[in-house]
Amino acid sequence: MPHTHTQDTLVGLFVAAGIASLFFLGLQVSNLSSFSHGNTYEITANFSNSGGLKVKSAVSAAGVKIGSVKAITFDSKTFESVVKMDIDAQYKTLPDDVTASVYTAGLLGEQYVSLDGGGSDEYLKNGSKIEITNSALVLEKALGQFLFKSAEEKKATPVDDKKGRK
Amino acid sequence: MDNLNPTQNSLVSVHNLTFSRGEKKIFDDISLEFERGKITAIMGPSGTGKTTLLKIIGGQLCPEKGYVTVNGRNVHHLKRDELYTLRKRMGMLFQSGALLTDMTVFDNVAYPVREHTHLPESMVRSLVLMKLEAVGLRGARDLMPNELSGGMARRVALARAIALDPMMIMYDEPFTGQDPISMGALVHLIKSLNTTLGLTSIIVSHDVQETAAIADYIYVLAGGKVVGQGTPQEIQQSSSEWVQQFMNGTADGPVHFHYPAKEYMDDLLHSEKSFKPLFTRQRPPSDRNTKRKRYS
Amino acid sequence: MEFFRCLGAGTRASFTKLGRASFFLISILAGISSVLVRPRLLLKQLHSVGVLSFLIITISGLFVGMVLGLQGYYILSRFGAEETLGVMVAASLVRELGPVVAALLFAGRAGSALTAEIGLMKATEQLSGMEMMAIDPIKRIISPRFLAGFLSMPLLAALFSAVGIIGGQIVGSGLLGVDDGAYWSQMRANLDFQDDIINGVIKSIVFGFVTSWIALFEGYDAIPTAEGVSRATTRTVVNSAFSILGLDFILTALMFGDN
Ligand SMILES: Nc1ncnc2c1ncn2[C@@H]1O[C@H](COP(=O)(O)OP(=O)(O)OP(=O)(O)O)[C@@H](O)[C@H]1O
Ligand SMILES: [Mg+2]
Repeated sequence: MPHTHTQDTLVGLFVAAGIASLFFLGLQVSNLSSFSHGNTYEITANFSNSGGLKVKSAVSAAGVKIGSVKAITFDSKTFESVVKMDIDAQYKTLPDDVTASVYTAGLLGEQYVSLDGGGSDEYLKNGSKIEITNSALVLEKALGQFLFKSAEEKKATPVDDKKGRK
Repeated sequence: MDNLNPTQNSLVSVHNLTFSRGEKKIFDDISLEFERGKITAIMGPSGTGKTTLLKIIGGQLCPEKGYVTVNGRNVHHLKRDELYTLRKRMGMLFQSGALLTDMTVFDNVAYPVREHTHLPESMVRSLVLMKLEAVGLRGARDLMPNELSGGMARRVALARAIALDPMMIMYDEPFTGQDPISMGALVHLIKSLNTTLGLTSIIVSHDVQETAAIADYIYVLAGGKVVGQGTPQEIQQSSSEWVQQFMNGTADGPVHFHYPAKEYMDDLLHSEKSFKPLFTRQRPPSDRNTKRKRYS
Repeated sequence: MEFFRCLGAGTRASFTKLGRASFFLISILAGISSVLVRPRLLLKQLHSVGVLSFLIITISGLFVGMVLGLQGYYILSRFGAEETLGVMVAASLVRELGPVVAALLFAGRAGSALTAEIGLMKATEQLSGMEMMAIDPIKRIISPRFLAGFLSMPLLAALFSAVGIIGGQIVGSGLLGVDDGAYWSQMRANLDFQDDIINGVIKSIVFGFVTSWIALFEGYDAIPTAEGVSRATTRTVVNSAFSILGLDFILTALMFGDN
């Protein structure tokens, strides 16, 4: 019957379109393709303050995403935040003296770990620990310092004024 | 109670059946017997519950009291699949036809055959065409049910009901909406199904003449009771007022043409007294009750 | 006093209805195995439930995505964050709008049709006719429709999201000049397969389940008259919409609550 044939074809097209959309969402829209689980190695870094960093936050080098944060724990002896990161196995030539810093993407954006610098011949490998770290910039602290400083400057200004005129 | 030995020759027997719809008692302790291989007619005024009786026999409605046996088995005590096995051998012609509207006439008739047997398609085809030929609609096989007239639809439904060659058929008003010619053909068909295949038939009908011509036994129902029973001759000569009124079709008598209601004059005067304009819709109180239930 | 009586009766009525609906669901699920041996029944329903909803879903998805692109651009460009337009469009589609709007459209397009169809089959005694032919209408009529609705919904929702993301891209990078590479790469970097895509799919599966259930039950439970069927159809759309939005809230709280 030709009628059922067209019906079959239409249903087939519909199902194919639906599944294609699911694949599109998986591969084009999300991080499924860019980051293959399993093929990673783990490194650790201790920060005196990891700020708003979260599990799954990005780890990047020179602006390129190379891995993600796996776990964040608090070390009660050193009062530090221990951040475990999964780095994609294809980036295996990161020098072991890199600096790990917590930065914010844009003014209000998400926080991420950036790995910069370094020049050692030894490379980071599974279980390595990054020694040099820069903590997150906590906005309240920074603002507090800024206000404190400007208040100090104001106090100092009348005295400085005369000096300035000389 | 489940495995009564079939009382003499009865295929279907109804024992002391009581059934109500809401407040209204449709059947009040009635008993009927339908003999094997015979045509038994059920007659009675509209709304007495003839269709309801067929649905109870088919196991779609459950009696309040009493029981129904078909082929010696209590219909309402059967397990689900036993009931379905039994129904395969019971044909039923619905008052409205009840054809599946998304299939052609041919597929409708073929439907029970395809569902219940594994016959090859060529045999299904010849079987269906045979049944359609019997009701005179072989030429209409490719029409959709909405392209049929009411009478044609009922004949297709009849063809479907006999498609599996059941042991009994319940016809709910097979003659309504048929012209004299197809009526004659149908009467003949029902009669010959009965004689050649030994089918047990239960016919619900208002057509006194036709029914009397083919029925072996007639029950007249009215007001929830069996008011008359017997062979067509006995019925015609019955002294019962009810039966006489029904057979002769007179408006006056113990059977009322009207659904139970208040006195006519009272009803009219009541609405006059309250000075309601004619066009406001006045719902009867029962209707209002059901509405409220549905909304809240 | 009258008020309390009505309230009590109403409560009782809704509970018995819920009970009937649960029994109905159980028998639908029990009937699904018999659909699997007759794929033709399912295919036919996939056609009327899925294929016929295809157009309305794609067109709506395209426009919703385009509007998101437009509105998102106006707001994000104030903060100089146009690059994240892709993230905004994709996240709102995949997490919320895709499953929810597609389900609402589905309830309006396919759900109401299912209710009307089943209700009319009941009114014209087709269902009890099948019962008398010893054919279980739940297995042959209801379960295939349920399965078709349940399977179509995630596909339709994915389609809606995918088309919407493309619509956002057309507006964003085609008309408003957002960098095309940034649109996609930001999206890819910030949307998580597990958290966003899979959760969205789970939502749409739940909505498909509930909407098909409501639609079929209302049809099966309808008062078999023209008025009864029309009321049932209305109830399908209203109840489905409430259930979809309510469940969406609950699911969102469960899925996205912890981060
Ligand atoms: N679903 C229902 N709910 C409530 N009452 C009903 C229902 N169906 C039928 N009834 C009532 O049951 C009675 C019997 O109905 P039934 O259809 O069996 O009559 P009938 O004898 O077949 O009439 P007719 O000859 O007109 O077909 C009627 O008085 C009707 O009011
Ligand atoms: Mg009737």
